[in-house]
Amino acid sequence: MSVYQKNEVKEVETSRTLSLVVDNQPGTLARVIGLFSGRGYNIESLTVTEIEKIRNLSRISLVTRGTSMTIEQIKSQLLRIVPVHIVRDLTLEGPFIKSELALVKLVVKGANRVEALRIAETFRARTLDVTLSSFVFELTGKPSKLDAFIDLMRSLGDTEISRTGVSAISRGEKTETKLLDQI
Amino acid sequence: MRVLNKMTLNYMSGAEAVIKALVDNGVEVIFGYPGGAVLPLYDALFENKKIKHILVRHEQAAVHAAEGYARSTGKVGCVLVTSGPGATNAITGLTDALMDSIPIICLSGQVPTHLIGTDAFQEADTIGISRPCTKHNYLVKDADKLCEIIHKSFEIASSGRPGPVLVDLPKDIQLSNVKYVNKISKIKKLNNDYSSNIDENLINKVANLLLQAERPIIYGGGGIVNSGPNASKLLTELVNVLDCPVTLTLMGLGCVPNTNKNFLGMLGMHGTYEANLAMHNCDVMLNVGARFDDRVTGRLNAFAPNSKKVHIDVDKSSINKVVSVDYGIVGDCKEVLSALLQEVKKLHNQKTVKSKAKWWSQIKKWKDKDSLGFKQIGNNIKPQQAIKSLYEKTKNFDTYITTEVGQHQMWAAQYFGFSKPNHWMTSGGLGTMGYGLPSSVGVQIAHPKSLVIDISGEASFLMNMQELSTIVQYKLPIKIFILNNEWMGMVRQWQELNHGSRYSESYTASLPDFVKLAESFGINGLRVDNITNLEATIDEMINIKGPVIADIRVVKEENCFPMIPSGAAHNEMILNSDDNNHDTSNEGLALV
Ligand SMILES: Cc1ncc(C[n+]2csc(CCOP(=O)(O)OP(=O)(O)O)c2C)c(N)n1
Ligand SMILES: [Mg+2]
Repeated sequence: MSVYQKNEVKEVETSRTLSLVVDNQPGTLARVIGLFSGRGYNIESLTVTEIEKIRNLSRISLVTRGTSMTIEQIKSQLLRIVPVHIVRDLTLEGPFIKSELALVKLVVKGANRVEALRIAETFRARTLDVTLSSFVFELTGKPSKLDAFIDLMRSLGDTEISRTGVSAISRGEKTETKLLDQI
Repeated sequence: MRVLNKMTLNYMSGAEAVIKALVDNGVEVIFGYPGGAVLPLYDALFENKKIKHILVRHEQAAVHAAEGYARSTGKVGCVLVTSGPGATNAITGLTDALMDSIPIICLSGQVPTHLIGTDAFQEADTIGISRPCTKHNYLVKDADKLCEIIHKSFEIASSGRPGPVLVDLPKDIQLSNVKYVNKISKIKKLNNDYSSNIDENLINKVANLLLQAERPIIYGGGGIVNSGPNASKLLTELVNVLDCPVTLTLMGLGCVPNTNKNFLGMLGMHGTYEANLAMHNCDVMLNVGARFDDRVTGRLNAFAPNSKKVHIDVDKSSINKVVSVDYGIVGDCKEVLSALLQEVKKLHNQKTVKSKAKWWSQIKKWKDKDSLGFKQIGNNIKPQQAIKSLYEKTKNFDTYITTEVGQHQMWAAQYFGFSKPNHWMTSGGLGTMGYGLPSSVGVQIAHPKSLVIDISGEASFLMNMQELSTIVQYKLPIKIFILNNEWMGMVRQWQELNHGSRYSESYTASLPDFVKLAESFGINGLRVDNITNLEATIDEMINIKGPVIADIRVVKEENCFPMIPSGAAHNEMILNSDDNNHDTSNEGLALV
């Protein structure tokens, strides 16, 4: 946005999930993050991992918030980054899946242990570690499901949370194979 | 090993490979400054006959010189600096080049790879520091990739929207033994490819819009210069065919000859009244290669309120960034202009074009305000008059103008006439004081026979005046035309208008005697403080074969008008000091 404030009616901000294919090289992530911090855009979640060894490519899944003008701006700005090859707006493209993994440590004794296990079962969380005074649960799914689970666990005892951030992919048979072959 | 391999064709040191890659990419001149981390590169240059190295006196100046070289030739400018302080000194120049879209390759030395991250002597995180001020940057960690990276850098710097690319070269890589790899084909850039297939439908719509407009205006910017001289020709032809008014940004001056009858002068904060009012009242606006900079638009919610807007830009992110437009065309200016011109000509023959007589008569009324009018009274030289006389005296030469930043820069833009692109070098986006003198070095190196003038302010001149030494070393006949008002004039003006004339720290005290300064470098110094001698002094300056510092003592407290006060709209311009009953809004006060 310019320094000159626009006094127009505020456009609504929505959450958007972007999926990027980038070169897996030092500096790419720094450029992407630098773009967001330097230009004052929001990042709600960002994950990055290598997806292809031979062509040395990584996927960045990114959840951001903004007006449609800002989002368009973010997408074009991302494409200016030399090692960024594909920018897809999953929210705009159609149905897509958003998934996240959480590891939740709960320190708990007495009757609440049973309650914790019951909730974990309802959420289909896996129990990865058990001691007489603690559990570590693993849960995957929509971020909102993870939020709900974590809230419940917090009410049962001291917790420690580690989340991966959102990973996303479109539904249906559409793939990026053709686009990737042009890189 | 090394000796053996050297006998095999195409094996050489990393440093030699870098220099060979520069030559293969058409580099003839490199601006630089040596140091420990680039000694192998300097060694390779020592033996090289194809590249001329220009030794500047500060790394910031190396980048500005390369910018002047690039902008006045359309080629990529090349810079070589050492690690640590050499690289950090180059940062202002790189940021300047990024803001003004100037293609630059900056090679920086780095400590050897095994020492990176240890706070070694003259180590700096050059990649980290330069990331936000380059289009792209590379740290070469693998000697096998060296040649490819240099070739790619040239392509990145000069393609699409041009910009600076930095290549950080650890000393061990420069010393390693590499096999030279030739320039490969184009790198692919998937999404960002603005592909040359322009949407015909869109061109047709825009052509119709322009022909149907009652109050059209074309507003052109630096993108036209970057697109090459042909883009300027096409734009001028489009203006002539449509017979519509055209205005140019600071960066676009020269793209339409100043003598063209449809040219309204520069627009924006210190643009002409007619250009800004025409922008405000137009019904169709065609923006070619400009970016709706805040210096141009004024207050956004009052910017050309009743217009349909079309924006042509090579950079997709420029479209709808600050101003939403009705039609955005992503593409190189010359390609889009050529398609548009063809379509306009075709439709022009078929349809009756709306009469623009009313629009032109309205524009004439705005013109009659004579917003650039000033009164040269008494003996003291008005800065406006100094520029006007300079223009009159030099307009028949192939003259290149560079400037520093401040009032003198705006007066140069207002009163000097530019008839060709690539002849006007100024720091637009970043507004870097100290740009003009080193930039003129690059321009004069590229155009040894032409008349190169740095229009300077006394404060800006002091920022990079060490380059006098470079100018003398290479016998560059640059004319330094200092509008000496003893003030950081532009700062003083804002303090007068917005801060109750409290002139905090804006007086340029303890100035050197510029004539003696010139003499101490063995060049000519001239001084004039009287209107009757102004023209004679300019003549003398031009006639001197070598470099000249001309100390033009001008009226000290002159303000630069017309002006859109900060936070105001195009139609709220003030024309002169008496007109200043405008109260700057609180939002306006916060603006830069
Ligand atoms: C490197 C840098 N520092 C500070 C500024 C802020 N600034 C803009 S214009 C100006 C004064 C320039 O004075 P001078 O060169 O004498 O030009 P004048 O305005 O008097 O013509 C200053 C300090 C700047 N543009 N660049
Ligand atoms: Mg001054």
